[in-house]
Amino acid sequence: MAINKTIRPGLIQLRVLDLDKTLDFYKNILGLDEVCRTSDGRVCLKAYDEFDHHSVTLKLADTAGLDYVAFKVDGPETLENMKAATEAFGYAVDEVAPNTDQPGFGKRYGFTIATGHRFELYCDVDLSAKHPGLKNPDIWEEEPRGMRATRLDHFLLYGPNIAESERFCQEVLGMFVPEVCNTEDGSRMATWITGNNKPHDLAFVEYPQAGKIHHVGFYLNDWSAVGNAADLIAINRLKLDIGPTRHAITRGLSIYFWEPSGNRIEVYAGGYTAYPDNPQRVWDASELGRGLFYYSGEVIPSFLEIVT
Amino acid sequence: MAKAYKITVANTGQSFMCSQDEVLLSAMKRARCGPIHYGCFGGGCGVCKMKIISGDVKFVKRMSREHVTLEEEQRGYVLICCVKPLSEVTLVECKK
Repeated sequence: MAINKTIRPGLIQLRVLDLDKTLDFYKNILGLDEVCRTSDGRVCLKAYDEFDHHSVTLKLADTAGLDYVAFKVDGPETLENMKAATEAFGYAVDEVAPNTDQPGFGKRYGFTIATGHRFELYCDVDLSAKHPGLKNPDIWEEEPRGMRATRLDHFLLYGPNIAESERFCQEVLGMFVPEVCNTEDGSRMATWITGNNKPHDLAFVEYPQAGKIHHVGFYLNDWSAVGNAADLIAINRLKLDIGPTRHAITRGLSIYFWEPSGNRIEVYAGGYTAYPDNPQRVWDASELGRGLFYYSGEVIPSFLEIVT
Repeated sequence: MAKAYKITVANTGQSFMCSQDEVLLSAMKRARCGPIHYGCFGGGCGVCKMKIISGDVKFVKRMSREHVTLEEEQRGYVLICCVKPLSEVTLVECKK
């Protein structure tokens, strides 16, 4: 029994401009394992501490950015109920047949939300060949590499009408909203949303252009792992955006940088435990600097303005 | 010793040197010269878009077509994180 019907964001497909160089980053610096390649040349990857078949798919394209994100739900009944609820909410739903474009994944339902992003839902996915131990398990089977990312954690999406996207996540996906940021006139500027005890599975920032992604977040074990990530960013001449720092929003320990195709990555540790019955935390837009970067209290322009 | 070329920003008349082994954006950033808008350094975010008025460059990374279309590329638009100089180059800042 899941604590919530939407278990987690379990799959993301990203567009990259240079497959070899970017794949080298995801494998050897971030520390993901290559699982398989599709017949059309996409590469499927997973983090060492994940059980499902894969969680990240890279596709060579002539633009960087996000193709879609997919959420794992707790069973076939929930999947069908959510499909019906999505249609009732007003979004047209298409179906992706099992084990087609994403090896190991069962049937997926896809649709586009208000902010212009394609979301998908699925409940069945194969256990990966390389997964954490199950019987008297060690802490890992194969020593983690590089930044030692443990899992795909969350993403921040930019687009118009985040209020509707937030309402969709609550009403259809059964998620809750531990933290929000409002403008002076009371409209939503940003929202942090989760389906479990993580402080966020996803977040939205209000933005005129549809379908943009600010970053993908991967989870690290602790503050020292964030420091190790900072060392690897410097050693490998990756372009740092900001950090290591602390978020007041989510309380995460964090560093942001760009991978070789220009998609922004966050590696993140800590964060509070979210419960659906806790009161919502509310930030004023004027205090967002402190909310995002607690130590300096200031937002750098590149952080808010650059998206892919 | 790698050969270096003079790079001029036409809007301001300022110039800086860029080695043939270095992308224009890195040299511009180091020289603190020109518009120096920069983000991803990977050809993806489009922040460092400029137009080449004269001179030759070599592409070392792909540019996102969302930010520089093929037609724009043929007219001299580039993301300056993606190119190294092959001669003296004159650039102009794009209007936002």
